Parts: sequence; C-alpha cells; structure tokens
Amino acid sequence: MRTLRPALIAALLGAAMLATPARAAEAEAALPSLNWSFSGLFGTIDRAAAQRGFQIYDSVCSNCHSLKQAYYRDLAGIGLNEEQIKAIAASKTVPDIDEAGQPTERPALASDHFRAPFANDRAARAANNGGLPPDLSVITKAREGGANYIYGILTGYDDPPAGFHLMEGMHYNKYFPGNQIAMIPPLQDGTVTYTDGTINSLNQEARDVVTFLTFIANPELEQRHRMGVRVVLFLLFLTGLSYAVKRKLWADVEH
Amino acid sequence: MVGLHESDIKNPLLRWVDTRLPVISLLQKEYAVFPTPKNFNYFWAFGGLAMVNLMIMLATGIFLAMSYTPHVGMAFDSVERIMRDVNYGWLLRYAHANGASMFFIVVYVHVFRGLYYGSYKAPRELLWMLGVVILLLMMATAFMGYVLPWGQMSFWGATVITNLFSAIPVVGEPIVHLLWGGFSVANPTLNRFFSLHYLLPFVIVGVVFLHVVALHITGSNNPLGIEPKGPQDTLPFHPYYTVKDSVAICVYFIVFAMLVFFFPNALGHPDNYIPANPLVTPTHIVPEWYFLPFYAILRAVPSKLGGVALMFGAILVLFVLPWLDTSPVRSAKFRPLYRIFFWFLVIACVALGFAGANPPEGIWVPIGRIGTAYYFFHFLVLLPLLGRFERPLPLPESISRPVLGGGALPDGAAARPMETV
Repeated sequence: MRTLRPALIAALLGAAMLATPARAAEAEAALPSLNWSFSGLFGTIDRAAAQRGFQIYDSVCSNCHSLKQAYYRDLAGIGLNEEQIKAIAASKTVPDIDEAGQPTERPALASDHFRAPFANDRAARAANNGGLPPDLSVITKAREGGANYIYGILTGYDDPPAGFHLMEGMHYNKYFPGNQIAMIPPLQDGTVTYTDGTINSLNQEARDVVTFLTFIANPELEQRHRMGVRVVLFLLFLTGLSYAVKRKLWADVEH
Repeated sequence: MVGLHESDIKNPLLRWVDTRLPVISLLQKEYAVFPTPKNFNYFWAFGGLAMVNLMIMLATGIFLAMSYTPHVGMAFDSVERIMRDVNYGWLLRYAHANGASMFFIVVYVHVFRGLYYGSYKAPRELLWMLGVVILLLMMATAFMGYVLPWGQMSFWGATVITNLFSAIPVVGEPIVHLLWGGFSVANPTLNRFFSLHYLLPFVIVGVVFLHVVALHITGSNNPLGIEPKGPQDTLPFHPYYTVKDSVAICVYFIVFAMLVFFFPNALGHPDNYIPANPLVTPTHIVPEWYFLPFYAILRAVPSKLGGVALMFGAILVLFVLPWLDTSPVRSAKFRPLYRIFFWFLVIACVALGFAGANPPEGIWVPIGRIGTAYYFFHFLVLLPLLGRFERPLPLPESISRPVLGGGALPDGAAARPMETV
C-alpha cells in the first residue's frame, strides 16, 4: 500500500489529463491513423513529401486558402535552397504601396508572407458561395485529430448514404462534423503531376500536403525534438546523480 | 530593538552587510540549519516544486510579454510571431503554457498531501488559509492568461466565465461590465486581462512569502502528523532536504520537458488555434483541464446562481476546513475511516473532472451531481462527524521511535509501553 499510493495518484492524474481533449462522439467515421514521419520523439519532416506537398498547396489549395503566418523563407525548412525560394517568391505578386502612395503589386521576396488568395474575408466569402476557406497556417494544430483529421477530410469524400439530406452546394464527407462540407473535393488521383516521379494517387497527394501543412504549423518541430531528446537524456543523468548523492547523504540517517 | 545585528559571518564584506541587514543570517537560520522533521516522504517536495514552477512562469512570462500585443486584431498573430520569429519563442511559449498545467498538477498534489496528512490542523490553520488564497489567485491568473492568445476558447471561455458574475443579485451586472470594460468581451477586456495577468503573479509571490513565513513559525507537518519532540526527530534543512528536493526537481523537469518538447499541445484545446470569432460559437466550450472539476460543480444544479454559489463554495469551504475537521489526529495513517474517505474525495474530484470535460448530457449529469454532492458532504458533514465517531490508532511516541511500522528500535526502547490517545 505504501508504495502503491504514489502510483495510484499518478494514474488518477494521468487519467484526468487524458480525458481532457474530450472529442464529442458524433455521427462521423473514426479517423484514419497514419504512420507520419513527424510523430514520435524522434520524428522529422519528410522533406521529399513536404516538397511535393508544397507543390500541391501551391497549385491547388492556394487558390482559396491563405497561409498568412508563413514566409517564403520558411521553405528552407523543407529542403529548398535560397535560389529556389527566391524564384518561387518572385513568381508571386504581393500588394504594396508605390512611391506615389498608390496601392500596387510587386514580385514577392523571400522575406514576404505567403500571398493570400483574397484581399479580405469578405472577398473570400463572395468568391466561395458564402463560405470562408480557413487560413491553413496552423490547421493541423487547430483541429481535433490533427494531421490524421486533415488527411481524413481530403480523402473522406463519398456519395451520401441513402436518405441523407445534402444541402445545395454542399458535399458529403465521412469525417467532417455534420458530414456536409462546402469545400469541393480538392484532390483526386492525378490532380498534380509530381516532378520526382512519385505516383500521384489521392492518398499520396493527401499524405504529402498534410506533411507540408504540419511543417508550416510547426516549423520548429525538428529543432524541438532534437533539443527534447538531449534535455531528457541530460535530466535522466542528473536524476541518477542527485539520487546517488541523496542515498549517500541519507545513509547514516535513521528514518 | 535598534542597533547593529551581531553577525558570526567570517568574511568581512559579508559581515559588514550582515550586521546592517541580516539577510545572510536569516537565510542561514531559515534554510540551512532550519530543523525539519526527518521523516518526510517525497510528497513534501511539492511545495518546493511549486516555488520553482512559479519562478519559471515569471521568467518565461516576462519574456513573452516583450513580444506580445494585447489587441484583439493583433494578439493571435503576435503569438504566432513569437512561435516563428522570436529566437526560441516556441520554447518560451510552450514552457509557459505547459508550465501552467505543471503548476496545477504540483499544487493539486500539494493540496491533497495536506488533506491526507492533516497539515491544515492547529497550529497551521493560517498557513493553510494562505495556501487557499494562493490557489484562488492562481486560478484567476491562469484564466486570464488563457484569454491572451485570443483564440476561440480564449474568447468564449472569457465570455462564459465573466458572465457567471451576472448571476450575483443587484451588483452582478455592473461587475460584469467592469470586467469587460464595455458591454461585451472585446478589446478593453483583453487589455485589462493582460494587465492583471502581469500583476497577479507578483501578488502570488507576496502571498507565497507569507505562506513560507507562516510555515517557518509552525514548522512543517510530517507523515506521522506528530510534532518533533527534540533534535533527534529533526535534520537541518540543508543539506538533507536541499538534496532530497533536488531529486524531486529533476523528476519534475523530466515530466515538464516531455510535455514541452514532445507533446506541447496535448493539454490545450485545438480550438484555441482558431482566431477568436464573436460570431461563431464552438460546439463545446470547455475550460483548461485544471478547472474541469469546478466547471462540473458549476453545471451540477439547474440554476445559474446556485451553480456559481456552489463553485465558489467549493473553494470557500477549504478556508474553514481547519474547523470542520474535528479530529485531533492529523495524519490519515492513524485514522482508519478518514483514510478511506480521503480516497472517496479523490475519486469524486477526478469524476468531476471527467464530467466537466464532457457535455452535460446522459451519464455525465448524474456523475457531476453525485461528485458535487459527495464533495460538499465530505467537508460539511463527514469531517465534523468523523472526529467524534472515529477511533484513531495509537500514535507513535515520537518521530524517531515509531511504535508502529516495525522500524528498528534502539536497544531497551522496545519494551516501552505504547501510549494511546
């Protein structure tokens, strides 16, 4: 009992903590669970997948979704070099004010934020049948289920079951809360042609773009994991050391 | 008494200081030679851990405030800028956000340790009450801190919690408008919450100081719940407990580091990565995990005022706990019935946490109600009665001669008849 007590308390606390992100059980299907390169203590960003994912964002998602917290220079984190980044940035235009104080557009620099597809939310709604395509900067952190959820949405389009009432302009999606999503199915088999010869199946495309979006949401991920491993190893060593000192010091005390 | 302090410090410079301002003597007395019961278990490290945690929160918070903008249009983006552009900003922010969770874990263990070993009983009533004040201040600070990133849960959490005050008759409405700085949660609310979130931690530091002063007057309680009878029962705080606490601090940092580096968002709510939008209500508004039991108590009765009264009552009852518990025996070790009911209380609190995390429907409604009922029954009915009807086990003669537990006794001591209460 004496030794059980701390364990019991730890278990109770752990249970309480696990219960916190309570996901309301609704009509949606259980999310797929993929083996991501970035999960786990030693997880890293799969650079090839993230680069293919950027290609998808650039040619598909960016027509409606902004990525306003990210800079073009961030692409260095998925393995692009300075020349490539400059070229990508230069191919976009961003709003600016000219010498005469008038609004103008200029080619983007590596230090610019990603170009937003619409000038403001109202313009975005007007172009999208009243729906507002969310900014994707932290999307994998902003949804219950994270990367698996985004992957699920991209691959979860299906024909509605018999008797399901689908509203005008909506699409059936297995994983979306309420199963009705305004976004048209953005990816199909062969939506993009990969330059590295990877087979462009829907699942592959979804996996790649989710890897890219996870990187954008957590640009510090690899540094954080590397530092974490070192910190924890050091602390384990320090714990052992301090415990040895404590044992030696207390050896003579009757307690 | 006016006059220079008589210092026995050898170093002339330190001696010069110490005779005029005897801080070194004070530290020597209160932290080096301070006689401390020699039978602490590791639960006694949690007070020190809470102190370390408070310092981490202050340090990370001060640096975060250098890069944060308390404006409804900029707060969310400024937090993302901290995460992306400030050197090690992600580390500061994740340490601060998870530091809040660690703080509550540590403090809740500290509180339940006090409950189990009767640390609130005479002469430590005021020490305990100051602790409850610290807990209240921590809750206010944590709540306002959660509002600052101005995500969806920030905004809607602030709306729900500030609205609670409107349940108070007559003065409720004006209080809410005062909290908001207007007629809804908006920019003035964010501004004053930022100001108060920066102020309150320093108030906590002040009350912690009083808490520690009170502790050093009464001395610490210990797992046996009996006062030290003499020098054979105590050890100097340094090096014995500085070293033992170091072990605890290392383990604490391992847990903390696991959260910060590998699961930084596990205890947060994903909706708080969506910028605040007053026009879109999240499906389920839930507070941070450490408020969930109180949130469940709030929702336990179908009356706004009743719920608010119960929620604040759940904290207020702790203030009078030293007088509700009528048993003269402190430690649950010697209280066969209290020892069982203590775990009932723990289970009730955990169950309330689950009830608070889930929408108030189905099985969670009765669980929330039974948990709430037991919480108040435990403090208001059970503890006053237990003291009268419970037969405590015989107490040991002293810390160094525990008659129970089978520790090796010095020759000749074993034959002594045990004293009973």
